[in-house]
Amino acid sequence: MKELFILAVVTVFTLLTYWLVEPFAHSQMHKHYESEGFVYKDLPALTKTGDVARGKDLVMGAGACAGCHSIEVEGMPAPMDAVTAAQSYGVNPPDLSNVGAVFDAKFLADLIKNPAHALMVEHKFDVNKGQMHPMTQFYGAGGDIDQEIADMVAYLQSIAVKQEELTPKMAFETACGRCHAMHYEKWTQIGTKPAFKKKQDSLAFDAKVLDYQDALSKYMGTLPPDLSMYIRSRGEHYIKTFVENPQNYLKGTAMPRVGVNAEAAEKVIEHLEDVGDSKRHERDAVGRNVMIFIFIFAIFAILWKKEVWKELH
Amino acid sequence: MAHFTKATSLHDWLNQRLAVDTLRRVLATEYWIPKNINFLWAMGMVLAITFGILLISGIFLLMYYQPNVDLAFDSVNYTIMQEVGYGWLWRHVHGVAASVVFLIIYIHMFTGIYYGSYKKGREMIWLSGMLLFVAFSAEAFSGYMLPWGQMSYWAGMVITNLFAGGSLHADGLVEWIRGDYVPAQAFLNRFFMLHVLLIPLAILGLIGLHFGALRIPHVNNQDGEELDFEAEAAKYKSGDKKGSKVIAFVNDFMSKDMMVVGIYLIFFFYLVFYHYDFAMDPVNFDPADGLKTPAHIYPEWYFLWSYEILRPFSTDVGLIAFAFAQVIFFALPFLDRSPNAVPASRRGLFKYWFWAMLIDMIILTAMGKVPPEGLFSTIGLYAALTFIGLWIALPFITKFEKKV
Amino acid sequence: MKNSSRRGFMGKAFGAVAGVGAVASLYAMKRSWDPLPSVKAAGFTTLDMSGYKENELVTEKWRGKPIFVLKQSAEMMKKAEANPKDMERLIKIGDAYYLVCLGLCTHLGCIPGYDSGEQTFLCACHGGMYDFTGEVTKAPPPRGLDIPPFKIDGQKLVLGEEGPEYKKMLESGITLRA
Repeated sequence: MKELFILAVVTVFTLLTYWLVEPFAHSQMHKHYESEGFVYKDLPALTKTGDVARGKDLVMGAGACAGCHSIEVEGMPAPMDAVTAAQSYGVNPPDLSNVGAVFDAKFLADLIKNPAHALMVEHKFDVNKGQMHPMTQFYGAGGDIDQEIADMVAYLQSIAVKQEELTPKMAFETACGRCHAMHYEKWTQIGTKPAFKKKQDSLAFDAKVLDYQDALSKYMGTLPPDLSMYIRSRGEHYIKTFVENPQNYLKGTAMPRVGVNAEAAEKVIEHLEDVGDSKRHERDAVGRNVMIFIFIFAIFAILWKKEVWKELH
Repeated sequence: MAHFTKATSLHDWLNQRLAVDTLRRVLATEYWIPKNINFLWAMGMVLAITFGILLISGIFLLMYYQPNVDLAFDSVNYTIMQEVGYGWLWRHVHGVAASVVFLIIYIHMFTGIYYGSYKKGREMIWLSGMLLFVAFSAEAFSGYMLPWGQMSYWAGMVITNLFAGGSLHADGLVEWIRGDYVPAQAFLNRFFMLHVLLIPLAILGLIGLHFGALRIPHVNNQDGEELDFEAEAAKYKSGDKKGSKVIAFVNDFMSKDMMVVGIYLIFFFYLVFYHYDFAMDPVNFDPADGLKTPAHIYPEWYFLWSYEILRPFSTDVGLIAFAFAQVIFFALPFLDRSPNAVPASRRGLFKYWFWAMLIDMIILTAMGKVPPEGLFSTIGLYAALTFIGLWIALPFITKFEKKV
Repeated sequence: MKNSSRRGFMGKAFGAVAGVGAVASLYAMKRSWDPLPSVKAAGFTTLDMSGYKENELVTEKWRGKPIFVLKQSAEMMKKAEANPKDMERLIKIGDAYYLVCLGLCTHLGCIPGYDSGEQTFLCACHGGMYDFTGEVTKAPPPRGLDIPPFKIDGQKLVLGEEGPEYKKMLESGITLRA
C-alpha cells in the first residue's frame, strides 16, 4: 500500500510537470484558432446557377483567362514558360484544369471578381493606391456580372476531375506547388525534377528553378518555405487554419488565403503526410504489436517477481 | 604461474581461468541488498536499461547520420526516418529515451535526497551520481545539436554564448569552443565527436565508479537502518530468507527490478509510438537558419529549471546564479550538517526543505518554458530566489536538527 | 521443491518472453542494414545503343562498376562467326552486335585496357588477356569477362534486368551472375 502511495506521488508530480511544460506553456506561446471548416464565411454566397457552355465562352473569350493561364485538359498550353511567367507576374499562373475540384466555388467566384480580396492580400495590393494584383479582375462582359462569373465557375468545375479522382499529389500541386517546393519528393516550383543522364542538363534545370525562385522571392518578399517536413513542424491543425487565413498567424504576410474546399484540404494534408511522415502506417502497426508484447512482458515479469518473493516476505 | 588442472567441464575450464563462480557470488547471487526497499530502488536498473536503449538505437542512427551542415537534417528526416528499414523506430526510441532518462534521473536523485543516501559513507555515490548527471546533460546537449534543426542551431548559439561570461566579454573563448564565429561545420563535427565517443566513454567510466562507490557502504533502505550485512547474509544463506533483512541481487532484487522495468517499458513504448512531440519538438523539424530566430526558443524540459535561474537577473548576476545552480547539488552531503540518515519525513524542518525544493524546481521548470513576461517572470524571479535561499538555509536547518 | 521448480519455470518463461523481444529487435536491426530503396532503385541503367562506333571501346557505369561496350566491326564479326563460343558472348541489337560486359578482370578485379589495333584486352595487373568478345585468351583470369544482367528494349539496353537472352547466357555457362 505504501508503495502505491509513493507511486501516486511520483505520478502526480510527473503529470503536473508535463502539463505545465507542454499543454499549458504551448497555450501561452501560441494563440489557438478554431477552423471554420473551409466555409469562407466572409465571402458572399453564390446566388446564380452557372451555365457551363456560356462559361466556356467567357473563359476563352471576354474573361481573357487564357492570356495567362494554361488549360491542359482542353489542350491549351501556357502562353509562356514558368520562369518567364514568374519574372513577369511574380509567380507562375496556375493551370486551370482542376481548379474547379480543388478550390471552393465561392472563393473562385470572388477571385475572378476581386483577386486581392479573395486572396486576402489587399494590404499588399491596395487598389486605391494603384497597387494592382498581377491577376487582373474581371469587369464583366456586358451582362449580369454575377451570372457571368457563376457561368465561368460552372465551366471550370465541369472540366475538372471528379473528387474521387483527385489524388493528394494533384491537390497539393494545384493548391501549393507553384510557390512551395518539396525536395523530399523532388518537387520544385516548376515541376518534378526528372532524372538527367548528363550533369549539364541537371544543372541547367537547377538554374531554371533558382531563376524562378528569385522572381518569386522578389514578389513575395521572401522565398516560400520548402514544405517537406511541415506536417511534423506545424501539424495538421495549424496548417489547415493557416491556409484558411494566414493573417491570423502571420499578420502582414504575403501568403495568400489558399481557398481550397474541405475535401481538397484533407488531400493536401494527406500529401504532406505522405512526404513528411510516410512511415505513419507502419508506426501504428508496429506500435500496436509492441504494446501487446510489452504488456505480456510486464505480466510475466510480475509473475516471476511474485514467485521469487513468495519465500522472502 | 597459478596451478591449472585438467578441466572436468566447460564451467570448470572457465572457472580456473576467470573465477566465474566467485564473480557470480560477489556480483550477483551473494551481493546483498536490504529487503526494506520500495520500487524507487529500481530506478538505477531503469536507468541502466534506458542507457542501453540509447546506445543501441544510437548505433543504428550512427550508421546513416551525416555530420555535415548541408546533409545532417535530411540524413535524419529523410534517410533515417523514411528510407532506412525501421529507421523511424530507432529515431523515435532515441529521442524519447533521451528525454525520459532525465525524468528517471530526477526521480533517482530525489529518492537519494529524501532517504539521506548521500551521507554517512555514501558521499562518493552521490558525487559520482552528480558527475553522471553532468555527463548526461552534456551528452543530451551535444546530441540535440546533431539534427541541425532550428532549435539545434539556436540552442547551440545561446548556450555557447554563455561562455562569453557577461561583462567579461570572452568572445575569443566562445569562438574557440565553436571553432568558428557562429555554430557551423566545425561546431557540428566536434559536438558529434563528443556525443558519439568522448562523453559515452566518460559515462561508462563514471557508471563503473558509481557502482564501485556503492559496494562498501551498501544500498540504503527505507528506514535508513544500519544493517549488519554479514549477520543478515548468514541468516539468508542458512535458509531463513523470510527472517533475513537482506535479499540477493540475483534473483531477488533482479526480479523486482524487472517487474518495474516491465511496467516502465509500457509507459516508454506508449510515448515512442503515440506521444512523442514533447521529446521531438516541432521547431526542430525546420532546418537550421542562421538568419532567422524562431519566435520561441527554449531548452529541453530537463534544463528548464536551470535556464530559469539564469533569466530573471541582469546578465552577470544571472550567470553567477546559473553557475551556482550547476554546482550546488554537489555540495549537498557537506551542507547537510545533521548526522541523521533517515527518510526526510522523520527529519523535522528538512522534510519541508525537501518538498519546497521539489516544488520550487517544478515551478522553475514551468517558468523556464513560458515567455519571460509579466506574471511569469515575477514568479520565475521569486522561484529563483527561493532556490538560492533554500540552499543557504540548508546548513542552518540541519545544524539544529534533533538527532534521531 | 515444488516452489523452487515453479520459480525456475516462471524465470525461464519470463526469459523466453524477453527472448522473443530480443529476436524481434534483431530483425529490426537486420532490416536497418538492408540497402536503401534509393540504392536498389538506382540499380538499373539504360544504354542508348544507337550512338556507339565500331571497334571503339566506351566505358559506361552500372551499380558503381565499369561496363565495357564494344560495337563489333565487320572484320571482328568474321572472326567471331568462326568461333561459336565467341558468338554466344555477343548481344544482337538491331543489325549490330555488341560486347557488353563488366570492365573488371575476372582474376582480381582490375580494369583491363583495350587495344583497338590488336583487338585485345590486356590487364596490366597480372598480364591476363581477353579477345574482342571478352573471352579469356591468356592466364591468370579463370574465365571471360562477366556479362551483366540485361534486357533488350528496341534500340535500348536496360542493365540490371534479366531478359531472355541473358538467361540463355546464364544457362549455357557463358557468364556467372554478376
